Amino acid sequence: MNFNEPHIDYAGISPLIALTVGICVVLLSAVFRPFKRSAPLLTLITLGATAGLLIWQWDDPKNLITGALRLDDLGISISLIAVMMAAFCVLLSIGERATEEAGSGEYHSLLLGSVLGMVLLSQATNLVTFFVALETLSIPLYILCATNLRREGSLESGLKYLIVGSIGSATLLYGMAFLYGGTGSTGFQGIAAGIAHNGLDGDPLILIGIAMAAVGLAFKTSIAPFHQWTPDVYQGAPTPITSFMAVATKAAAFAVFLRFFEVALGSQLDSWQPALAALAAISIVVGNVGALGQDSLKRIMGWSGVAQAGYMLGGVVVASEAGTSSLVFYLAAYAFMNLAAFAVIVARERETIFGDDIRAVRGLGAERPALAWPLTISMLGLAGLPATVGFIGKLYLIEALVEGDYTWLAVFIAVGTMISLAYYLRVVAAMWMRPERDAVPGGTPAIAGAAPEADPVDPEAGRRWYLVGPAVLAAAATVFFGVIPQPLVEFASHAGAALF
Amino acid sequence: MINVLLWAPLAFGLVGLFLPRRAVGPWAVLGALVTLGVAVGMTIGFDSGDSGLQYVESTPWISGLGVDYSLALDGLNLFLVLLTAVLWTGGVAFAAFRDYERPKTFFFLMLVAETATLGSFLAQDLLLFVLFFDFMLVPFYFLFGAWGHDRTAEGGITASAATLKMIIYTLIGSLLMLVAAIATAIISADGGHITFSIQALQEQGIGLGSQRWIFWFFAAAFLVKMPAFLLHGWMPDAYRAAPLPALAVFSGVLAKVGAYGFLRIVLPLFPEATVEFQEIVLVIALASILYGSVMAFTQTNVRLIAGYSSVAQLGFITAGIFALRADGADGAVLQMVNHGLVVAPIFIIVAILLERTGTEDIREMGGMALRAPVLAALFLIVALATLAMPGSSNFIGEFYILNGLFQAKIVFAFIAITGVAMSAYYALRLYQGAMHNRKPEGLMSREIGWRDSVVLVPLVLCILALALYPQLILKRTNPSVEQTVAKVTGGSAPNSKLATKNEESGWTGYAPIGDK
Repeated sequence: MNFNEPHIDYAGISPLIALTVGICVVLLSAVFRPFKRSAPLLTLITLGATAGLLIWQWDDPKNLITGALRLDDLGISISLIAVMMAAFCVLLSIGERATEEAGSGEYHSLLLGSVLGMVLLSQATNLVTFFVALETLSIPLYILCATNLRREGSLESGLKYLIVGSIGSATLLYGMAFLYGGTGSTGFQGIAAGIAHNGLDGDPLILIGIAMAAVGLAFKTSIAPFHQWTPDVYQGAPTPITSFMAVATKAAAFAVFLRFFEVALGSQLDSWQPALAALAAISIVVGNVGALGQDSLKRIMGWSGVAQAGYMLGGVVVASEAGTSSLVFYLAAYAFMNLAAFAVIVARERETIFGDDIRAVRGLGAERPALAWPLTISMLGLAGLPATVGFIGKLYLIEALVEGDYTWLAVFIAVGTMISLAYYLRVVAAMWMRPERDAVPGGTPAIAGAAPEADPVDPEAGRRWYLVGPAVLAAAATVFFGVIPQPLVEFASHAGAALF
Repeated sequence: MINVLLWAPLAFGLVGLFLPRRAVGPWAVLGALVTLGVAVGMTIGFDSGDSGLQYVESTPWISGLGVDYSLALDGLNLFLVLLTAVLWTGGVAFAAFRDYERPKTFFFLMLVAETATLGSFLAQDLLLFVLFFDFMLVPFYFLFGAWGHDRTAEGGITASAATLKMIIYTLIGSLLMLVAAIATAIISADGGHITFSIQALQEQGIGLGSQRWIFWFFAAAFLVKMPAFLLHGWMPDAYRAAPLPALAVFSGVLAKVGAYGFLRIVLPLFPEATVEFQEIVLVIALASILYGSVMAFTQTNVRLIAGYSSVAQLGFITAGIFALRADGADGAVLQMVNHGLVVAPIFIIVAILLERTGTEDIREMGGMALRAPVLAALFLIVALATLAMPGSSNFIGEFYILNGLFQAKIVFAFIAITGVAMSAYYALRLYQGAMHNRKPEGLMSREIGWRDSVVLVPLVLCILALALYPQLILKRTNPSVEQTVAKVTGGSAPNSKLATKNEESGWTGYAPIGDK
């Protein structure tokens, strides 16, 4: 009998190894008294090492673990976005009550666990790794949402996310079973081959599978009409976690969305393309209309996230290299813009008694320009105004859509953007302009959002480097890539070239 | 050189953020003056016989998406650039003599707005144009919203609500224009390399079916910006809210970007659709003339009188462009400059009057001329120019526009001509109401101070200079305008003889395009 030692590409899986080691070290650090306070630092070191290893593997596509994972530039670029968001989440979490209550070591190792799931998911090319990675990503997030133990909203958020997320996962799993049943393969390439080989083109079995998988992914990416959890969960979760979840989960889920639909189900383009386009359009309308009239900044970001997911889905719909590149570009842009906004929201949450209510940023332009400018730039960017990366992102997406004969969806994006101005500019107006109504006199406890007694006010929060720093950096990146987008365009087009 | 012109205001604005509060006003004026100097220098160096692009600057910007950073001057935009530089110098100087809250941010935004406006005039890349066109709104959003006047006491709305309305109105058009611009490039490329260069797109051309919807997407953006009749809903509130120095440049220049867009983009890129929809646009233009004039008769707020008169004037300019004759378009370009030069001084005079009378209501003003003859004289010159008194440059402009319109569509010309008569009424009503009549109680009538004179007199001198020598503009714009109009008419239209020789050219004929 011959035993063949399996070939293991340690270089390829080195980012995964680094994260796994990091999870263990961070968790153990909490046990040993001398290292008790070092969890954030260790997490940052882990994330830095992961990012370094990912960049090392850049532009060197290969299959890992007998084709269960594919390490290419799409996976790496999405992973880098997730790692970046996690690193900033660590900074925003400094001084956050949730980390104290849940235990710093546990909080940070859960965060790293979620990142591990995202890195895996962005490389998954097999139904099994796909599902395992999705759960690795989700389960830590369910817990993290609920870490603000004293706040009812946080627990509710965690529970809601758990239930809705499980429904999404179950639907997805059910869909996968159909696809496996039809094609007899779990690999994405194998599914594509199986559809062709078994003559399953347009077969109900496959169509049901596609539909259920799409619904499952739509839950994860908060595409309407599967978005209902988003505003509640975003509002209830600790704000640093919201910022991480809003971007990184979307990024990873969209990566697998692209890979799954374009590699495994590429031959069924005609059946899923119109359906996804319709979902995108619904999402754009529902998200933008839902955000109108919201008073909580985190809810506004939640609803706007639904709309933004609709824009991004356009990149999946066209199923082209330009579409994929534009989606990756938009995700990177979205990361910067969201980060700037959430950093300011965190700072104001700690600084004022208003929690995440829009009143927390009233008069910010005069009071704290270092916070007002990042939030302003972020809002203008999310609204897609020129000189921000948001404009270039929309330009890229619309160009891909028009090229892919989906001009009507491009018009939807334009119309959605128009509606979105009403709520993004409301935040800007609150910061710089005289209030629309007479302000509620100071000292009145916040009605929306947190119960004020749970979150003591830190009057210096607006000056702390770990809050102002991320806000200013992200806003600078938003403007920089809006004026000199070429580096980011190249980054994204590398990712787009990986699939086609 | 052209890069300096475009970026100088922004650079000065950025430096201004780090200066002490008291220095920032003069610094901003210096920035506007430097820009003006560069613009004047470029006008002097401009070759007036050349119809092509001059001072061309072109480098790839986002090569992956086919977007170039390309700027140039030609007959169409030369004087609009100069107008921008002149009016901004006036507006910034006027503001510099006054105290504004948060002056650093105020002047920074004013200068950012100048760069954005210059960019939209200079851009020779379709996408760069759209970018600057949209970006113009951002500084004005803050200027109007944060330094504007709330009108809740008078039954109006707050400044921030008014600007929100303005930005949503104008972005409806602009965002559709973004989609249309991208569609134009992709359809022209037809699977090949995508380019947004306006020159290249002109040569390739796109099919009539696509031209139809793309035409309206662009037209929506431009007509809202002007604003044209039915799309002017944002104008009254925004005009009442705006701080006056910002409003002077906004009304003087930004409305012209819309009309300029028709000349720069719509006519050469979508010629068949332009011919097809010529009459619809002319109807909108005439409706703007009539509606704007009538509203200007009845309004009592001086800002709105000026605002609605702008609607009427922009209607004239649009009609001139859509006559699709070189004369009409020549007149439109001249009239854009003329109108900018009269409307900005009007708003500055309104600001001066507001300081003296404390009101913007024309019924509560009056009797100013007795004690302030210089101010009254300046105002009179501006008012007479507004009503296109023979001898003024506005007269020449309107004459050219009507001449073009007579050649093309005689019926429309007859209706448009009533607008000229009506402009006399509202301009004189504005002047008389503010300057003559009996002086109301409690009104302070005093002569214009040297600070305001420094701002106002040069602008009035520009009006006088153009009245004496309109050829300054016509000579330089005519080659480019003829080239642009020839793209639509296929060269079949009679060339403008008036621009070179002062003789009549078949101006009673009703000659629709295609009959030749």
